[in-house]
Amino acid sequence: MAETVVAKEKKGGLLGKEEMKLLKDPLHSNNPVTIQVLGICSALAVTGSVYKSLVMSIALIFVCALSSLIISLLRNSIPNAIRMIVQLLVIAGLVQVVEITLGAFAYSAYEQLSVFIGLIITNCIVMGRLEAFAMGNKPWQAFLDGVGNGLGYGFILVAMAIVREMFGKGTFMGWQIMPDAYVLNNLMVLPASSLFVIGVFIWIQRAADPSLVDKS
Amino acid sequence: MGESFNIFIKAAFIDNMILAYFLGMCSYLAVSKTVKTAVGLGLAVIFVLGMTMPINWAINTYLLADGAIIEGVNLTFLRLILFIAVIASMVQLVEMVIEKVSPALYNSLGIFLPLITVNCSILGGSLFAVSREYAFGESIAFGLGSGLGWFLAIIAIAAIREKLRTADIPPALRGLGIAFILTGLMGMAFMSLAGLNPADFN
Repeated sequence: MAETVVAKEKKGGLLGKEEMKLLKDPLHSNNPVTIQVLGICSALAVTGSVYKSLVMSIALIFVCALSSLIISLLRNSIPNAIRMIVQLLVIAGLVQVVEITLGAFAYSAYEQLSVFIGLIITNCIVMGRLEAFAMGNKPWQAFLDGVGNGLGYGFILVAMAIVREMFGKGTFMGWQIMPDAYVLNNLMVLPASSLFVIGVFIWIQRAADPSLVDKS
Repeated sequence: MGESFNIFIKAAFIDNMILAYFLGMCSYLAVSKTVKTAVGLGLAVIFVLGMTMPINWAINTYLLADGAIIEGVNLTFLRLILFIAVIASMVQLVEMVIEKVSPALYNSLGIFLPLITVNCSILGGSLFAVSREYAFGESIAFGLGSGLGWFLAIIAIAAIREKLRTADIPPALRGLGIAFILTGLMGMAFMSLAGLNPADFN
């Protein structure tokens, strides 16, 4: 019937238009790393290898999505004066779970990432999304927003790591893909190179989509 | 006293929090559009680092370390949570002071004032001080030195970015893109200082 069809579209549902927007926007037009300028610290430090970036991204998606969900469920009962402490405790708890899980199931990743798993607590993306979205939106939307931003972060991180590992070490996930005659580019191994790589990514992204250009 | 001074110099210039370790980048990039806001945030970071470092040192030494409260009890697994709690309270304090003293600065810093809590350099600094096993005086010197280094780096890039407003940059690189590349160049410049030990000059 025509009326039921119209009613269904208005409801939105589990994965309606707005919900898909929450998942798709952070991949490009509202990317946490290149547009919102969040989560830069770890993006610079762990992109030396694709394996580290993948593990870091999965960890961040987990923490961001679940903390958004939990804070959104609690949003009406948190007193304003202590909201940051509550958010930090939730995030710290989730990060501790991630750290223990990684230590048990992916020990080489745990060893390589060392300090940076703990520094997910201070990752601006998690706090930034909690303050900007989860505190004022419903749980399912907040969860999707967390997943979307985590995916956007992961996308950029893995892309950077592919560039840096391929040119700096000649490998991909540990397997050599550059010919033996290739002279390793030591600049790509330095942490400073990740800044150049991000700069170029931003250049490409904004050249491809002029609406994102900084007009100030 | 000499050792503390060496640590201060090292933390400010040679082991610069932003340019050598790239900690604290988010607020560094977002607030460095004008020198005025950069100065405000830089001073707040110096204060927070200088205050939280010794407090966290004290908590670690007298509460968490092996056998500190009771013989045989090791509470170091609580370290991250307690450090973050101290940092959060200190930032809340700074926020209240700034709101009273300079509402204009408070408004222009916006979300980035409370975001000092999650500034990687604050927590990272405390974790460094613990892993390097500094004494009390040394941790204060380290805190103030790291804060000063962060302050100098953000002033430098704010000054450059202000000048860049009239430069001819490709539209897609304007703003954030060129700031990243600049920071990379500054980082490489500071790499020339890596490995220098101030103690050798005494």
